[in-house]
Amino acid sequence: MTTRYRLGGLSRLDTTLMAAGAVLLALLLVLPLVASPLVVDKLTLLMIYVLLAVSWNLLAGFAGLVSVGQQTFVGLSGYFVLRLVEAGIAPLPALAAGSAAVLVVAWPLSWIVLRLRAAEFAVAMWVIAETIRSLVMFDPLVQGETGRSLMTLNAMDADLRRTIVLLAAVLAVSVALVTSYRLLRGRLGGESQAIRDDEEAAGSIGIDTLRVKRTIFLVSALGCTVAGSLWLASAITYQPRTAFGINWSVFMLFMVLVGGLGSFTGPVIGALLLFAIQEVFGDYGSWYLAGLGVVAILFALYAPGGVVGLITGRSLREPLSMRKTLVAPRG
Amino acid sequence: MPDAFLPELLQPLVQALVQGTLLGGYYAIMAVGLSLMVGVVRFINLAHGDMAVLGALLVITLTQGLGLPIFAAILIMLPVMALAGYGMHALLFERAMRGGFLLPILVTIGLGAALQNSMFGLWGSNTRSLGADIGALSWASWTLPGGVLVGQLPVLVCLCAVLVIGSLHLVLRHTRLGRAIKATSTDAEAAELCGVDARRARRAASAIAVGLAALAGVFLAMRGQITPYSGPAQLIFAFEAVVIGGLGSVWGTLVGGIVLGISQSLGGLVSNQASLLTGHLVFLAVLLLRLFREWTAAHGGWRASVRAWTTLHRGRFARRKGEKA
Amino acid sequence: MSLFTVEDLTCRHGLLTAVQGIGMSLERGEVLCIIGANGAGKTTLLRSLAGVHPAALGRISLSGRDITGHRAHERVRGGIAMSPEGRRLFYDLTVRENLVIAAENGRKGDWTPARVLEVFPQLGPLVDQEAGKLSGGQRQAVAIGRALVTNPDVILLDEVSLGLSPAAVEGVYAALAEIRSRRDMAMIVVEQDLNRALGFADTILCMAEGRAALQGPPGTFSRARITAAYFGMQDEETADA
Repeated sequence: MTTRYRLGGLSRLDTTLMAAGAVLLALLLVLPLVASPLVVDKLTLLMIYVLLAVSWNLLAGFAGLVSVGQQTFVGLSGYFVLRLVEAGIAPLPALAAGSAAVLVVAWPLSWIVLRLRAAEFAVAMWVIAETIRSLVMFDPLVQGETGRSLMTLNAMDADLRRTIVLLAAVLAVSVALVTSYRLLRGRLGGESQAIRDDEEAAGSIGIDTLRVKRTIFLVSALGCTVAGSLWLASAITYQPRTAFGINWSVFMLFMVLVGGLGSFTGPVIGALLLFAIQEVFGDYGSWYLAGLGVVAILFALYAPGGVVGLITGRSLREPLSMRKTLVAPRG
Repeated sequence: MPDAFLPELLQPLVQALVQGTLLGGYYAIMAVGLSLMVGVVRFINLAHGDMAVLGALLVITLTQGLGLPIFAAILIMLPVMALAGYGMHALLFERAMRGGFLLPILVTIGLGAALQNSMFGLWGSNTRSLGADIGALSWASWTLPGGVLVGQLPVLVCLCAVLVIGSLHLVLRHTRLGRAIKATSTDAEAAELCGVDARRARRAASAIAVGLAALAGVFLAMRGQITPYSGPAQLIFAFEAVVIGGLGSVWGTLVGGIVLGISQSLGGLVSNQASLLTGHLVFLAVLLLRLFREWTAAHGGWRASVRAWTTLHRGRFARRKGEKA
Repeated sequence: MSLFTVEDLTCRHGLLTAVQGIGMSLERGEVLCIIGANGAGKTTLLRSLAGVHPAALGRISLSGRDITGHRAHERVRGGIAMSPEGRRLFYDLTVRENLVIAAENGRKGDWTPARVLEVFPQLGPLVDQEAGKLSGGQRQAVAIGRALVTNPDVILLDEVSLGLSPAAVEGVYAALAEIRSRRDMAMIVVEQDLNRALGFADTILCMAEGRAALQGPPGTFSRARITAAYFGMQDEETADA
């Protein structure tokens, strides 16, 4: 039998983690029955963070593409939802359709930006976010800086709306986790790992690097747009400057870097951490944000593997690893 | 203002062209430091714009807080910021660069967030300006034939840009430090083998880049108002100017800055919003053109590449039909 | 005390040991030629001596001073210069700029850009050309000249004749012979051409799989032994000893 590269099997820890995750998500689904509106809102925010972190990690951790412009998709989905609602579509279908519509922009975009080199890609995405924001602000519906609220959604019963949004968010996170798990454990995972290790070599052994990157870019964009729709649904007000704000990117960067870039569990841990830090220090406003920047720098310099990297460094076994390793031939 | 020299319709156009060119001078000062970083250190410092704002805020504090004359304040601020650039490189960037190409981007985004929000914490949210400290210069202007107004400050900034870029060009060509920086940017290891301390050369380049950003920040505060969050926009403008002018070329950044400035002021004829948008669109167009050129160059001219593409895909479609049959 | 001593030098590329247990000792005016098949570790050894590849173990000293931990530019200022594999000129700078950069950052001494142009007269008309536009032989001349103008005590030359026309090789070796005759520096040369190496060296070091398969004055080894060592075959005489 020949030697092959493949994923190591799932350890007990891995299966336990997966089971725990599933139970937690299931618990979140019944939570709105008992929890207060405030808790439901907070949990929705947490789910949005997880979604954003998982999406950004796919891009940076698995395709090696650091984008400072994923807020393009966050902001754009909100705008599309607003437009669709204006056109007379009911708010909930509009939220779903708005997310999907963003792909119409993301797909042609991917043909251009993915040909850029690393840092150029990062800033070009930022410029694109700014460009699209300027374009959106031309629409009189948005009312420039003032923004606009999703009136029809406001007309709904507040508790019902909260519950639906949380359920949708939990569903979105579950789908995102399962999808990225399957993608990364499959062929795409191996290809993306090869590209991250050495793009030229990956190309020379017949991997269509552009196709792999485009797939990941689109999946990641979709994650951000769903997060954007959910955020609009829970915040109701749409302000272009916030929706397209660079802070989204700073948050995504923080969550992924602190959690563990390129690991499966890292972004989830990062999202939990950001959420917790925001709860405790959020009142300090700008100093809190400055602190996030400093912590991100420290992690990048001294613990580039994030919290997961620190844990793995001790136990030498990454939980739910996506890394393909040499497996000795059996028999 | 009707005038025999210029038809009335053309006057705003000429006015916009002149103002755009002068604005380009400001962008060029911002961009030339960034270009130096891209060329020598091989990464884009995403906190470049925030360094500019920090420089401006320092000058504002020195003049408005401590009552120093503005010229003295600038002379104090520049070496401080250059030193900060040197230290930033030694403490942050060198370590980040060892971890591949991802970490430098991540570190500078984090640095940007840390700087903006600390400045907000220290200086508050008020918009600030150096306009009052330069007296009549901030509003005085000359009137050219045809009723075209030319602000004295923009002219000064533009002259300064030419001076800065010219001297940077001379320094890079004719001094030992400049040659060391150029050698390091071409091949750092070969530079080390010639006795050049590549690490020091990079730190020096970073010091120059941050110093120039801070100088640009001062001009920004003289021309208008700044807040602690003005930095990211300045970085974007600088990046656009660098890409339009061609990566890594010193004089190219002046051209890039002027093209960006003119695009913005022409867009400004429509509306304020359109001004920024036009700049972004011109940048994206240049980027597309460059990608198209690279693509055609890799396939031997654009006719050949289109032909190659269509045959390739025709083949693929044909295969698919065959598979179905 | 020798001018340049290397003891038990070992270098790694990750987990792979590329150079293992190499030692040498050179005086001014001496020439050491390193030969060996591709992948034997010649270039890694030279890079480690120049300070651009870290030494995992061992000691390098120059005039009795331990320089093992020094970085490349510090070694240049201490008196070690290298013309690297692939020449590595600053291709968008002119020939003159290439030489001036090395001259102003290296040590001061007899070797100046002007003298390099005397030794390599073919560079004379090209001083203001960009280095990227030169031919292979001209590039090699600039690379060697760039090492010379730092006025080294030890000069390391990688791939001296690789990719050059026979006439260019003659030219380069004529210049090297002239430099050697002044006896002001030790020379370590990586040479693919076995005959050339045997004719030029005071000492040869034949490497196989990172180790010294054979080391000593070329006259003391039979041709068959050298060939065997070159191809990494078991050396019977040493195996018996």
